[in-house]
Amino acid sequence: MVNLKKYNDVFKLFVIFLTFFFFLSCSNKVVHLTKIEGKQIPITEKENQVAEIENFIKPFREHINKDLDSVLSYCPITLDKMAKNSQTTIGNLMADVTLKRGNIVFKTRENKTIDICLLNHGGIRAILPKGNVTTRTAFEIMPFENTMVVIALKGEQILEMVDYFIREKQPHPLAGLTFTIDKNKLPKNILVQGKTVEKDEVYYVGTNDYLANGGDSMNFFKKGTATYDLNYKLRNILIDYFKETDTIRSTQDNRITVE
Amino acid sequence: MKRRDFIEKTAASTAMLGLGLSLSSFKTVEVTKITILHTNDVHSHIDPFPADDPRNANMGGVARRASLIEKIRKEDTNVLLLDAGDIFQGTPYFNYYGGELEFKLMSMMQYDASTIGNHDFDNGIEGLYAQMPHAKFEFLSANYDFKNTMMDGLVKPYKVFNKNGIKVGVFGIGIELDGLVDKKMYKETVYNNPVETAQEMVRILKKEQKCDLVVCLSHLGYNYKNEPNKICDLKLAALTEDIDLIIGGHTHTFLDKPTIVKNISGNDVLVNQVGCYGINLGRIDFYFDSNKRKASEGKSIVV
Repeated sequence: MVNLKKYNDVFKLFVIFLTFFFFLSCSNKVVHLTKIEGKQIPITEKENQVAEIENFIKPFREHINKDLDSVLSYCPITLDKMAKNSQTTIGNLMADVTLKRGNIVFKTRENKTIDICLLNHGGIRAILPKGNVTTRTAFEIMPFENTMVVIALKGEQILEMVDYFIREKQPHPLAGLTFTIDKNKLPKNILVQGKTVEKDEVYYVGTNDYLANGGDSMNFFKKGTATYDLNYKLRNILIDYFKETDTIRSTQDNRITVE
Repeated sequence: MKRRDFIEKTAASTAMLGLGLSLSSFKTVEVTKITILHTNDVHSHIDPFPADDPRNANMGGVARRASLIEKIRKEDTNVLLLDAGDIFQGTPYFNYYGGELEFKLMSMMQYDASTIGNHDFDNGIEGLYAQMPHAKFEFLSANYDFKNTMMDGLVKPYKVFNKNGIKVGVFGIGIELDGLVDKKMYKETVYNNPVETAQEMVRILKKEQKCDLVVCLSHLGYNYKNEPNKICDLKLAALTEDIDLIIGGHTHTFLDKPTIVKNISGNDVLVNQVGCYGINLGRIDFYFDSNKRKASEGKSIVV
C-alpha cells in the first residue's frame, strides 16, 4: 500500500515534469534567424569524382565523342574570321552554304528561290581549321540552335541593308548581293544575283531567326512582307554540307568592293 | 510517514526540476543550421572544361560537383540542393539526348527542386515534358501557368521543406518568354507578373504555412543596367517582403559575394547567383536560434 502510494507520487511528479518539459519544447518552436553565412565554392580539379556518377556518364560521352569525331570532310586551308573589305573567308563559306542548302528546302516548299543570304559575324563562334572536318567542327562553329528563316524584302530594304554595312563596318557573312563603296562612303553598283536592284522588286533573303527577330539592329528585316521558317538549324546546314563535300572550297570573291 | 513523503517529494521534484531546467537550458541554446546549396545556368555542362579552355580551364564537372555535395551532406544534415533553371542547352549532351542525362544526374545528386529557365523550352514544351520522368526532384514555378499545356500538373508553385523542425518555403519565378523564346516552343504557357506572384507566394508561405525561411528560385536575371524598367532579382528583392533569399539565374552573373538588398519593409534580402556551367556551387547557411535574447540582438550576415 505504501509502495503504491509512493509510486503514484513519483508518477505524478513525472507528469508534472513532462508537462513542464513539453511546455518548454513548445516555446522552443519559435526560432529566430540569427546568422547567415554565404559563400561560393569553385568546382576545380582538386575535387574528387563520384565514381558512380562518372561511370554513369561514360557510355553517353563515348557515344557522343565517336559520333562527333567521325571525319566528314577535309579543309585544305584554314578559314578564319579576319576581315578584309567587310568579308571573311569563313563568312563567305557560311553564307554560300546556307544560301545553297536553304534553297533546297525553299524551292521544294514554296517554289521560290532565295536571292540573298545574310548572317551575323558574331554568330560564327570558331574558325574552320585546316585538316579533317568533323561534326564537332560544326558544333564549335555553330553552338547555337538558330534556325534558318527566309524573309521577303522590297528592293528599298536591300538598299537599307547596304547602308547598314557601310555604317556598321561589320564583316557579316553575305552572299547573292554585291556592291561597291565609293570614296565618299556611298554605295554604287548594287547587284542582286548579278542584276541591278529594283526598289519595288521582292527579294527573298535567307538569314537566321536571331537576325530576323531584330538581332544586331538589322531593322530592315522587320519590314519584311513575308516570313518563312525553314525549321532547318544552321548547324545542320553545315553538317549536311560537310557530309556531301569531300574537299571544302571557299569562294573568295569581292562581294563588297571598297574604292 | 507524511513528513518522509514530503521530503521525498521535494527531493524528487528538485531533481526533476533540475533536470527539466538543464534540459530546457540546453534547448534554448540549440542552434539549427539550414544549408542551401545552389547552381544556375548549368547548360548541359556535364564534363569539366578541358585544360586548354581559354576561360574556364579544368573547371566544373558533374562528378566533382557530386563529390563536393556528398562531402557537405556528411558534415551538415539539413541540406537543400536547388537550381535556378537553364539546365538544358550548351553541349552536345543536350543535342544528342535532349536533357535526359541532365535530369538523371541531378536526381542522382539528390537535387530537391529547380525552377524553369527559358532554355528549358529549347526542345519545345514537348521536349521538356518528355524528360520529366527522369527528374526525381520538384519543378517550381509560381508565375508560369501551364494549365493549357501538357506540363499541367507537373509544376508546383512552391514547396515547403521541413528540415529538423525548420520550415523552408521555396517558390519559383520565371522570366517573360515573349520575345525570348519562340511561341511555338512555349505554346500556351502564360507568364504572370513576378512581383505580384511573389507577394502572393510569400503571403501563403509566411502567413499560412508559417515558414521560418522563404527562398525564391528566380530565372529573371540579376540586373539589367540598360533596361531600368525590366524586372530583375535586385528589383524583386526591393519590391517585396518576407523573402530571405533569392537564388538567381539567366544573366550568368558571377558575384564576389551575395548581394544584400533592403526590401519594402526595410529588412535584408540576400540575392545570389553563381555564374554558369556548373563552375561554382553556391552555399548559404542560415542559423536559427531558439534563444529569444539572442534573437533580439538581430541577425548578422557574413558574406
